[in-house]
Amino acid sequence: MESVGMDWAAIRTVVWTLIKILALVVPLMLGVAYLTYAERKIIGWMQVRIGPNRVGFQGLLQPIADAVKLLMKEIIIPSGASRGLFILGPILAIAPALAAWAVIPFTDSLVLANINAGLLYVMAITSMGVYGVIIAGWASNSKYAFLGAMRSAAQIVSYEIAMGFALVGVLMAAQSLNLSDIVHGQSGGLHHWYIWPLFPLFVVYLISGVAETNRAPFDVAEGESEIVAGFHVEYSGMAFAVFFLAEYANMILIAALTTLMFLGGWLSPVTFLPDGIVWWLLKTGFVLFLFLWFRATFPRYRYDQIMRLGWKVFIPITLVWIIVVGGMMQTPYGYLFH
Amino acid sequence: MLENYLPILLFILVGLAFGIGPIIAGGLLAPHRPDSEKLSPYECGFEAFEDARMKFDVRYYLVAILFILFDLEIAFLFPWAIVLEEIGLAGFIAMMVFLGILVVGFVYEWMKGALEWE
Repeated sequence: MESVGMDWAAIRTVVWTLIKILALVVPLMLGVAYLTYAERKIIGWMQVRIGPNRVGFQGLLQPIADAVKLLMKEIIIPSGASRGLFILGPILAIAPALAAWAVIPFTDSLVLANINAGLLYVMAITSMGVYGVIIAGWASNSKYAFLGAMRSAAQIVSYEIAMGFALVGVLMAAQSLNLSDIVHGQSGGLHHWYIWPLFPLFVVYLISGVAETNRAPFDVAEGESEIVAGFHVEYSGMAFAVFFLAEYANMILIAALTTLMFLGGWLSPVTFLPDGIVWWLLKTGFVLFLFLWFRATFPRYRYDQIMRLGWKVFIPITLVWIIVVGGMMQTPYGYLFH
Repeated sequence: MLENYLPILLFILVGLAFGIGPIIAGGLLAPHRPDSEKLSPYECGFEAFEDARMKFDVRYYLVAILFILFDLEIAFLFPWAIVLEEIGLAGFIAMMVFLGILVVGFVYEWMKGALEWE
């Protein structure tokens, strides 16, 4: 009888955890849907257009209409493609983009898994995303997809190094891998945020984040005018939609991580206002707005320029700043970097 | 301790389900009328000349190797960065020696032109 009791407790834990996961993923998916809407509206305004305005009030139902339309479209698997891998590609792209959210804290108490190795887990799981791109490009058996996947993979891994070095700077300042602890290290108002002592790393992290998610102006992997959407050129219907969801979920993830590591997470910028999730949302929203603003403003980089920026500019900058922070921590002025 | 990782395992499974679910739904709800033209790989209106799995630039391979080196370096830096307060100056100097050796390698590959994309 006792083992039965144990089973029920275990099942209850699992079901309760699944409910919590869905309570996180469903708003996230809505966020993704409305990020596409915000992107089209904001870039529309920046280019003196209106953006989508037909479906629902002010076009607010546009993302829903897009989803329904994609759902009704045939999923074409090209005759030369490797069927299994072709289907696996988008799944491997979205699973890490969502799973990374398990350790993201929203407030002190609102976090699904408050693990000590939080940042390490995020770094490890987001690295898996590149497999989706490579597998999709290879399995499609199409030249554009293949070239796009090659470009994209090389670009993602290059910027991952600069990103990793930027994270090392954050770890030195926070002395912890736990994301909640990293946020707590920045308490005490606006001037305690890590953006100030780690400003070069913040810039590198933000720009690398744009490159990691293959967003404009680093979107040569998709480059609709040269290699027609790159690695997902052969994808249609829901298989394409899953790639799209993964890209936008990754964008929100990068924005959230920037907020947590450099902008004080849910902490209030001034001490007389209470902390709370509203700050988290505002800061993440602001970083996302930057992503959209970049796309509307900058022309696409050439591939050799992208690789030069990653390897010859960002990696040296981050290395130098790690040494500066580490060196300063050995002097009495180390407190400036905490 | 370990029970903290159960939500993560479940979350990975939910992530996979969010990939598999829509594709199955799309497969069930969408029409399925393949023909040979529709299933041919896209190539600007031409018949595909040759297999797409062709030779590719060795530099992509080079980038992958360099990535492994540097990613490993980052893996070494992570624990060092966390305990830097405790290990103090000795720890700092030890890592600077290690970084110095890697920077020599980085400068060498830079000078050799491994980072050029022309």
